[in-house]
Amino acid sequence: MVGVFLRLVGRELTLALRGSIGTLMTVVFFVIAVTLFPLGVGPELGLLSRIAPGAVWVAALLAALLSLDRLFVADHEDGSLEQLMLGTLPLELVVLAKTVAHWLTTGLPLAVAAPVLALLLNMSVDGLVILVVSLLLGTPILSLIGAVGAALTVGLRRGSALIALLVLPLYVPVLIFGVGAVEGAVLDVGVHANLSILAGGLVGAVVLGPLAAAAALRMTVE
Amino acid sequence: MATRATRRGRAGWTSIHFFANPARFLRVARAVYPWAAGATAGLIVAGLVLGLYVAPPDYQQGDAYRIIFVHVPAAWMSLFVYVVIALCSAASLIWRHPLADLVAKSSAPVGAVFTFITLLSGSLWGQPMWGTWWVWDARLTSMLVLFFLYLGYIALHAAFDDPAKGARVAAVLALVGVVNVPIVKFSVDWWNTLHQPATISKIDAPSIDSSMVAPLLLMAAGFMAYYLTVLIPRVRAEIASRRIRNLRLAQVSR
Repeated sequence: MVGVFLRLVGRELTLALRGSIGTLMTVVFFVIAVTLFPLGVGPELGLLSRIAPGAVWVAALLAALLSLDRLFVADHEDGSLEQLMLGTLPLELVVLAKTVAHWLTTGLPLAVAAPVLALLLNMSVDGLVILVVSLLLGTPILSLIGAVGAALTVGLRRGSALIALLVLPLYVPVLIFGVGAVEGAVLDVGVHANLSILAGGLVGAVVLGPLAAAAALRMTVE
Repeated sequence: MATRATRRGRAGWTSIHFFANPARFLRVARAVYPWAAGATAGLIVAGLVLGLYVAPPDYQQGDAYRIIFVHVPAAWMSLFVYVVIALCSAASLIWRHPLADLVAKSSAPVGAVFTFITLLSGSLWGQPMWGTWWVWDARLTSMLVLFFLYLGYIALHAAFDDPAKGARVAAVLALVGVVNVPIVKFSVDWWNTLHQPATISKIDAPSIDSSMVAPLLLMAAGFMAYYLTVLIPRVRAEIASRRIRNLRLAQVSR
C-alpha cells in the first residue's frame, strides 16, 4: 500500500512538473502579489516591515488558492480519477497522496520563496526564520482544506469561483495564527503558542481533511 | 434508530418511505405552527416593552446599551442555527434522514440573516461606544467568517442540478465548517480583544442586573420561536417542491 501511495505521489509530481507551468505560475503569482504591496502603500521601510508578515501570508494564501482547481479537475475530465477511485488504494489515501503532491509543488516553493520577499519588505532575521517555519506548518493545512473544497466542487462547471467562497473562510484561522507567530518573532513576544496551534491544526487536518474530501468525492463523482 | 435504518434500507428519494416521515412532520408542524407564531409575537413584544421602557438605562452607556436586546439573541441564534444545520447534515449523511436535509437547507438563509443582524446591530452599537463602525477584532472577524460560511453553504447547495446531490455535498461543507463555531464562541475568552466577554453564563451569576436579564431572555426565547415560525413554512415549501419534482420525474420516465 505504501508503494502504491508513493507511486501515486510520484505520478502527480511528474504531471505537475512536466505537464504545465502551473507550479511556476503559483510562485510567480506569489512574487507579483507581494510586490504589489509596496506599490500600493508606498516604499517607506518602517511601514513595510510592519505589514510584512500579513502581506506575505495573505499572498501565500491566495497563491495556494489559485492552484486548487486543478487538484482533481484534470483527473476528473480524463476519467483517471474514477480509475483511482476503483483501485486498491483507499480513496482517503488517494486524496492524501494528491494533497501531498499539491503541497510539494505549491506550499513548499512558497515557503522557499517567502524569506527573499520578506527580506525585500524589510523583515528582521528572527521574523524570516519563523516565517518559513510557520509557512511550512501552515501551507499543508491550506492544501488539505483546499482538497476538501476542490472535492466538493469537482463536477461543477463554475467550480473554481465557488472554491474561493467555500475555502477562504476556513483559511482564516490558519492566517491568524501564521501571522501571529511571525509578529510574535518580530516583536520578540514569543512564538510557541501560535506555532503549537498551527502544528495541532496540521495534525487535525491530516486526519480529518482526507476523510472529508474523500466523502465529498464519493458524492460528486458518479 | 439503527433498526429503523436497516428496515428502511437505502431508501431513495423516490421511494414511498420518503413520504412517510414528512407526512408525519407536516401533521406535527401544522399543530405547532400557530403556537410558535403566537409565542413569537408575545415574547418579542414583552421583551421589547421590558427592554425599552422598564429596564433602567445603563450608568455608563445610557440608552445605547438597549441594542443588546436584539444583538445578543441574534448572535446566539446565528450560532444555534449553524449547529442545527450541522446536526441535520450529520443525520442526513449517516441515516439518510429525508427531513434533515430539508431542515438544514431551510435553516441556512434564516441563520445567515441572524448573523447579518448581529453584525449590523453590533456595528450600530460600536459607532457611539467604541467610536468606530468596525474593528478587526477576533469575535467580529469570526462572526463575519460565519456569515461567509452560511453564504458558501447556500451557494454550494444551489450549484448542483440534482437537489439530492447538492444536499449531500453541502452537508459535508456544513460539517467541515463546524470548526468555526467554537472559535466564535470562545474568541473573546481566548483573545483579549475589544469585544467584551459573554454577559450571560450558566455557571456564574450574570454580570448585568436582573431587570436587564429578563428582557434579554424573553427576546432570546422570542427569537427562537421566530426561527421555528419561519422554519415550518420553509420546510413545508421544500417538501412540496420536492414532491412536485418527483411527480414530474415520474411523469417523464413513464
